[in-house]
Order: sequence, then structure tokens, then C-alpha cells
Amino acid sequence: MASQSRPFRLLHNLNAKIAALPMVLTTMVVFVGGTIWTVFYSFTDSKLLPRERFVGFDQYERLWSNSRWAVSIENLAFYGVMSLVFTVVMGFILAVLMDQKIRYEDTFRTIMLYPFALSFIVTGLVWQWILNPDFGLQGIVRGWGWESFSFDPLHSPETVLYGLLIAGLWQGTGFVMCLMLAGLRGIDEDIWKAARVDGIPTWKTYLVVVVPMMRPVFITTLVIVAAGIIKLYDLVVAMTSGGPGGNASQVPAMYVYDYMFQAQNLGQGFAASTMMLLSVLIVLIPWAYLEFGGKKHG
Amino acid sequence: MADASMSGSLAMTGPRGAKPKRALNPRNIMLYGILLLVCLYYILPLWVMIMTSLKGMPEVRLGNIFAPPVEITFEPWVKAWATACTGLNCDGLSRGFWNSVIITVPSVILSIIIASVNGYALINWKFKGSEVFFTILIFGSFIPYQIMLYPIVILLREAGLYGTLWGLVLVHTIFGMPILTLLFRNYFSSIPEELFKAARVDGAGFWGIYFRIMLPMSLPIFVVALILQVTGIWNDFLFGVVYTKPDLYPMTVQLNNIVNSVQGVKEYNVNMAATLLTGMVPLVVYFVSGKLFVRGIAAGAVKG
Repeated sequence: MASQSRPFRLLHNLNAKIAALPMVLTTMVVFVGGTIWTVFYSFTDSKLLPRERFVGFDQYERLWSNSRWAVSIENLAFYGVMSLVFTVVMGFILAVLMDQKIRYEDTFRTIMLYPFALSFIVTGLVWQWILNPDFGLQGIVRGWGWESFSFDPLHSPETVLYGLLIAGLWQGTGFVMCLMLAGLRGIDEDIWKAARVDGIPTWKTYLVVVVPMMRPVFITTLVIVAAGIIKLYDLVVAMTSGGPGGNASQVPAMYVYDYMFQAQNLGQGFAASTMMLLSVLIVLIPWAYLEFGGKKHG
Repeated sequence: MADASMSGSLAMTGPRGAKPKRALNPRNIMLYGILLLVCLYYILPLWVMIMTSLKGMPEVRLGNIFAPPVEITFEPWVKAWATACTGLNCDGLSRGFWNSVIITVPSVILSIIIASVNGYALINWKFKGSEVFFTILIFGSFIPYQIMLYPIVILLREAGLYGTLWGLVLVHTIFGMPILTLLFRNYFSSIPEELFKAARVDGAGFWGIYFRIMLPMSLPIFVVALILQVTGIWNDFLFGVVYTKPDLYPMTVQLNNIVNSVQGVKEYNVNMAATLLTGMVPLVVYFVSGKLFVRGIAAGAVKG
């Protein structure tokens, strides 16, 4: 009807609108619609199928009183902080080393980045094998005669997250290194010349001049890495399936999947995924504000 | 300057130019030492995977995971490919491989077509609201997938696509859209607008300009998109689990089921061969594409 009353406006630039139709549908139906739908149904007591029987914040109360969810959040917070700090620090240090006009830079980069091409499943399975207590690192060191040597992170609830971290860092630091290296290369040569003329030592130039200049790169990296961490799922499935001891390495994404598709308790799954969205927004909104809020003036 | 004035008198007595730096100074030893050590950490898993997959089970049990095989055998590879079991199926990873192929190929093609045309429309044929939708699209890429998992189940079920190949293709197209659209949009914005205007003056329309100007001028970015999508979709696990049925499981899912299955004796050599087989496609893409891969992920991450 609308197109009949105002044919001119809607038909104008019609091809572009057809071309953008998938985007419009994706954003409106899936991203916006899907999100609202899930948040809406997180206030119901949906079990096997979604139904509109509202129970207020019951699902959220149940969620936060569930020890498995509490463990998931703690794990994610610990893994997230460690992973953020280590990927960014290691990525930056590696990028600085790579920026020293070294030989074979391409070879070094190829080696550091190839894990990023692999899936978390492959990453997790390889490290599960290397960390195998009988045949892996521990077994080898014991075979050398150090009988009491113990390195079995995946089978103890206290250390399992470090095991995940070893694999996660292996997969992701090369990528962060590349981002940081691109950032370093973007810095004006003259800055370096000026620092050299002033007699500032190289390490100090990096810390005092270069790092502040690379603020946008750091922020972008942090946001990308953080958004990836919240989705953490495959790696845990492959390495520990959430164990040992049932839930020592549980993460929120796993909780959501299990309640939605295994335990047939949709309401819990919806409430948990809404909490995940909330945590992303906490990261995203300040960033968007910094990134886009200021630009309007310039 | 000093060198130039002195070179006349010293021409016969010694080499010219600045004194070359010694290659083996402490700084370089430190630098390359650290880099080599780091590389060891990165290479180790690949080495272990290859070595373990070439050993027989008795040797795996006895030996050191880092040691090369005494007796090379390709049996684990054959077994991983053709007879490893998941549940009741014992036809190996080959099924997962072909599933991944028939999932990846249409997903990659469809997502690239849609995103490239979309990026082109966003740059050269802006319409009211196009920027708003684009902003939502980019923000949407940060929303955890978990929150959209179930609504998509419903949408696919309504469309009769739940559990089918095309349902999964659609899901990959949807979730690949933000990054690919961003990629194409940024690339097209670097093509001089004069070209577009000239073609308009010559009477070319939306599709004419796309096929005759934009497409031929942007082949590198299509390759970047291809790399990004092939590795991304091949490596997907979550969507494969949620939106397909067991006989359509992609390779990653099947791999995980084979390796982490609780029944039976663990055959580590077969597991590593299977892991390597699954990682092979993205690794080949990575090593063949070289710098374009770096460019792809960098373009995906740092916009502009």
C-alpha cells in the first residue's frame, strides 16, 4: 500500500535497496528482532518450547543461585583478565621485537600466526595431547629422571584454567602481534628521530611515546579480544568438556548451550544469554562512546 | 661527508664506508634468541601432531611425544580418514570432510556475493537509512551468538530449513555479513568516485557499474574475503552443532566427537592424524595465501 501511495520514494534507487535487503533483514529480524525475542522470553518459564507464561525475574534468580553459573562467571572473569593481559602484553612485546629490522621477519610472522588459522577445536585437541600427564610434557620430564615432576593442568580444578590459557594464548597472540606491528609501523619515523636526538633510550621511547600514541590500536585490540573471550566455547569443549570434576572449567556459553539444547530448559538458557549480552554491552558501550562519540566534533 | 673526503687518501689502505655492525653483538643474540624460543612454542604443537600421527600405537605408548617416529606408518591417517568411529558410524572423518566442503562452498559464495553487492550499495548508492542499518550490522557482530541461537532455530524451522544444509549456509551468510560488508565497503570507498560518475554519465546502471567496474577492480579484496570465509566457516563448531543433524555434522564437530568419545581405547596417533586432517584446509589456505591472510584479518580487525 505504501508503495502505491508514494511510489516515487520507495522505488527510487530500487536496485540498491534490493542489494541491501539481506542486510536490512539480518539487522532487523536476526540481530535486533532475535535479541529482543530472547530477552523477552527470558522472563517466561519456557521449558521445552517457548511459551508466554511470565515469571518476572525468576529465571535470573535461579540463574544466580546456580553454583554452575557462578563458577562459569568466575572462570570467564579469571580467564578473560589473564587472557587480555597476556595477549596484549605478549603481542606488544613480540611486535616490538619484530620491529627491530630483523632478518627473516616474514618467516617469524608466518610461524607466530599460523595457529590463528586453526580452529579452537584443533587447538584444544593438540594441547590436550601435549598436556597429557602420561605421554606429554609431564611424562617426558619424568622420563628424564625427575620422578616427582608434576605438570598436569587439565586434571586439577585449580589449574585447569591455566591449561586453557596456554592453548588460548598459543592460538591468539600471533594475531594480536600482527595488529600491534601494524600499529608500530604506522608511527611516524620522525618521532623516532626526535627521540634519538633527545637521547631518550629506546625502551623508554616505546613506553613513554609509542604506547600512548598507539592507544587506538590498544583499544581496538582489547575490544576484539574481549568480544572473543565472552564467546569462549569451542576451546573448552575440546580440551576439558567443562571438567574436571563436572564443572571446574565451565563457561557461560556452555551453560547457555546445555540449558537450551540439552536440558530443555529454554528460560534458563535465555536468561543466561541475556546476561552474556549485558556483559558485552558493558565492554562495548564505553568503547563506542570513546570511538564514535568524539568523532562527531572532528 | 667525512668518508667522502678521506676516501681519496685511504683508498688503498682499507675498506670504505661506515664500519659494519657485527652480526653477533649481545643485542642481536638476545633478540634472535627470544624470537627463536617463542617460535619453538608456536611450532611445537604442529611438530607433535605430525610426529604422533606417524607413529604406531606401541611407539606412542613407549616414547617421547617430541621424538620423530622410529618407524613411519601412515596407518593412523588411513584409519582417521576412513574407519574412525563416532557413535555408530565408522566411516571416519571423510564424511565430516565432505560435509564441511558442501557447507563451506555455498556459504562462502553466497556470503561474498551478498556482502560485496551490499558494500557497493552502501558506498555508491546510499539511500535513506542505509548508514543506520550498517551501524546496527557492525554492532550486531559483537552480540554474543548465544542470544540469537534460538530465534534462528525458530526462523529456520518456520522456513523448513532447520537441520538442513541450506539452513546452515544461511546462518553462515548472516554471521559473515558484518565483517565482509565492512571489508567491501572500505575497499570500494577507496576506488575513485570519478570512475563511478563517468560510468553513470555513460549510462551504466547499478549492476552494470558493479560488474564492469567495481568487480574487476577489486579482485584482491575478493581473495581476502575468500580466505577469511573459507577459514572461518571451516573452523566453525557452534553453528554446526546447533543447526545440523549428526549425518551433516561438519568436520570440526566430527573430529571432536571422535577424539573426545569416551568409549574404547584411546588411539592417540589416530586422534592426531584426524586433528591434522581437520586443520589441513585452513593451514593450506594460510600458507598459500601468505600476506593476503594477514591483510584479511587486519582489515577485519582494524577498519579503514
